[in-house]
Amino acid sequence: MNFPELPEGRVLPVVTAPATVLSTVGEEVDPTSPEVAQLAADLIATMQVSPGCVGLAAPQVGVGLQVFCVNVVDHPKAATVHGTFALCNAKIIEASRWKAGREGCMSVPDLTGDVKRAARVVVEAVLPGSGEAVTITTDAFEARALQHEIDHCTGKLFLDRVAGAHAIYQRKVYL
Amino acid sequence: MPELAITVIGPDRTGIVADVAEALAEVGANLTDSTMTRLRGHFAMTLICTLAEPSAAEAALKSLTGVTTTVREVSPSSVDESGESWVVSVHGADRLGIVAAVTRVVAASKGNITDLSTRLAGTLYVLIAEVDLPAGAGDELAERLAVAASELGVEVTLRRADSEIL
Ligand SMILES: [Zn+2]
Repeated sequence: MNFPELPEGRVLPVVTAPATVLSTVGEEVDPTSPEVAQLAADLIATMQVSPGCVGLAAPQVGVGLQVFCVNVVDHPKAATVHGTFALCNAKIIEASRWKAGREGCMSVPDLTGDVKRAARVVVEAVLPGSGEAVTITTDAFEARALQHEIDHCTGKLFLDRVAGAHAIYQRKVYL
Repeated sequence: MPELAITVIGPDRTGIVADVAEALAEVGANLTDSTMTRLRGHFAMTLICTLAEPSAAEAALKSLTGVTTTVREVSPSSVDESGESWVVSVHGADRLGIVAAVTRVVAASKGNITDLSTRLAGTLYVLIAEVDLPAGAGDELAERLAVAASELGVEVTLRRADSEIL
């Protein structure tokens, strides 16, 4: 898949919970607007400078819009990989093969949790910049990342999906 | 055989679980259900064991240094396993009374909390509770929780717990 070229991204500060924007349903965007292309570029730039970050959604930089980026290249749990890309107005069309897995979030820096996600998804979205409609079929860790980011765009955190009372953990600090 | 409810609390250290288990094993106490966790660095263990001579457990645990222990005899009780399993997530800015308000709402819907954990991470307060609810009571509880959550200024989610049997 070819992703359109975006402007140069700027690194933005990341918002952490509790913050209203993280729990607010994001608005749909016009993917062809220059502001949205810039936002997508900024999200990618911020993700790229953040160690271990495999995805970032607009609410995490304080913007209540349905835009996010992912990049699971070289991740040991990834199978299908589409590279580094940003999507707007994404929706999950199909989800299957549900599996539990532990995930964290830059906006909840001190905790991780076990969350059941589909290991195979079909996502429909539009690309920032071109506005081209795309359908992405993926699996494994890229599928998990997409579901986590789409959740952000609808005001949900992984904390809203953890499996049970013993499924949240203090994040280990690796030095 | 008498059933004992035991709690052990103290500063966490390597080997503390082994010390507790060993002290109980030496007097013939048979561990049945137990749970152990760390709460802000404190070791906290709660367990049920069976033992012919309950006073022996108390004496055995006295040998552990640096921990507070309680031992009491309890009558065996059966648990009502009927109803539906749900999970409640609450998160938001820390403030007084979140747990009290949320669990009161759950109780008002005849929900029985079977497992609960809360974490304070920075200013973020997180509560996850597993709740047994009477069949069909989920929608009403969800509505009540939404009201309570907006009063508290926190986010709440209620969803069915997974229970696939493989
Ligand atoms: Zn996240």
